Amino acid sequence: MLTGIYSLLSASFFVVMDAVDVAFTEASVGAGISTILMLSTLTLTGRYENPARHNTTLGLVVVVITGALLIFGTSDMPSFGDLLAPVQQHVGPYYLNQSYEDIGVPNVVTSVLASYRGFDTFGETVVIFTAGIGVLGLLGFTANGNAQYENTVAPMYQHKILRIVSKVLIPPILLFALYVQFHGDYGPGGGFQAGVIFAAAIILYAMLFGVGSAKKVINQPLIQILSALGVLLYGSVGVVSLLNGKNFLDYSVLASDSVAGQHYGILLIELGVGITVTCVMIIIFFTFAGRIDKKHGVAQ
Amino acid sequence: MNILEQYNYWVVVCLMMIGFFIVISHGNLVKKLMGLSVFQTSVFILYTSMGKVSGGTAPILDQAYSVFSNPLPHVLILTAIVVGIATTALGLALVVRINEEYGTIEESEIQQKDDREC
Repeated sequence: MLTGIYSLLSASFFVVMDAVDVAFTEASVGAGISTILMLSTLTLTGRYENPARHNTTLGLVVVVITGALLIFGTSDMPSFGDLLAPVQQHVGPYYLNQSYEDIGVPNVVTSVLASYRGFDTFGETVVIFTAGIGVLGLLGFTANGNAQYENTVAPMYQHKILRIVSKVLIPPILLFALYVQFHGDYGPGGGFQAGVIFAAAIILYAMLFGVGSAKKVINQPLIQILSALGVLLYGSVGVVSLLNGKNFLDYSVLASDSVAGQHYGILLIELGVGITVTCVMIIIFFTFAGRIDKKHGVAQ
Repeated sequence: MNILEQYNYWVVVCLMMIGFFIVISHGNLVKKLMGLSVFQTSVFILYTSMGKVSGGTAPILDQAYSVFSNPLPHVLILTAIVVGIATTALGLALVVRINEEYGTIEESEIQQKDDREC
């Protein structure tokens, strides 16, 4: 629970520092996903820590020395909010001045993310996909006996108010995710945030109505294929521009007008990112939840 | 005067050291991962605070504003957050598997069991 509050706090911190996109991501990831993952791991491993800690004093000394050295090092850093800091001198002004002419998208974060540094974002998407495969490989395939525990009683069956409220809330959450997905060009948002919000809605459903009934709605093999398709969609946009004689992920070939081409390109790759992030988050949650079900089944 | 203008780095260093302390002084693997995620947040704050310009606004272009914060750190951190949760999930999955094999997630007990097998 504390990690959720911590994430919400750091999200508001990011809003103060003008990073609305970052705040959006942190709020949806921290409040929606990471707390649930931590809690389900604690359910699986036991909640009490061995009280015998080791090296506490030594650790404290190391930490204090490192911290003091780092603070000494910051005395050479530019002051907070300085317009003349080295960070503001390099490509930042170029993005702010040129991106509207080059790409025609008001949200500079989206245009840098999806167009100027599209190759990096492709890498990030692949990393997320790989992490999904890793979790599935570690926890997913040994859970053969899953089927017989799927119809266990939903964990929150008795909470009537929670069930009714979330039944009302889930469709707006899904709609909001779609809005964030397709409005990322003009306001804060984009594929990463939308994917996490979409997955959070489905995880909410799974928590209240049982993983078994959520798995009936969300087909497991389909979602695994979809997570790969998102990466594939992203990559193939790049290949299309390669085949048209431009650089990898140069969207200007996608339409006769270069700015319109950028629009199509950003829309497509954000869609790819959104699909991959949604599917990977759902896969991770279902794999953990399947483990918990299996453990309870064995215990009974 | 000059030192007080750099308070953002002080916050970052404090958070970073809290995370670092949790990682090195706790034997519990889940707590180590929580420490790592605190550490991670401090890096996020370091980057976004460097992109901040006083008097600036969020980098969404509009006629009404002329000073914007630097969008580049935002892009880096936005993807880093989602990648961070994916890798944390991978770490937690590893912890769950370790717990299944060893029956514990305390580092010292795992070490003992490993030594006994050798």
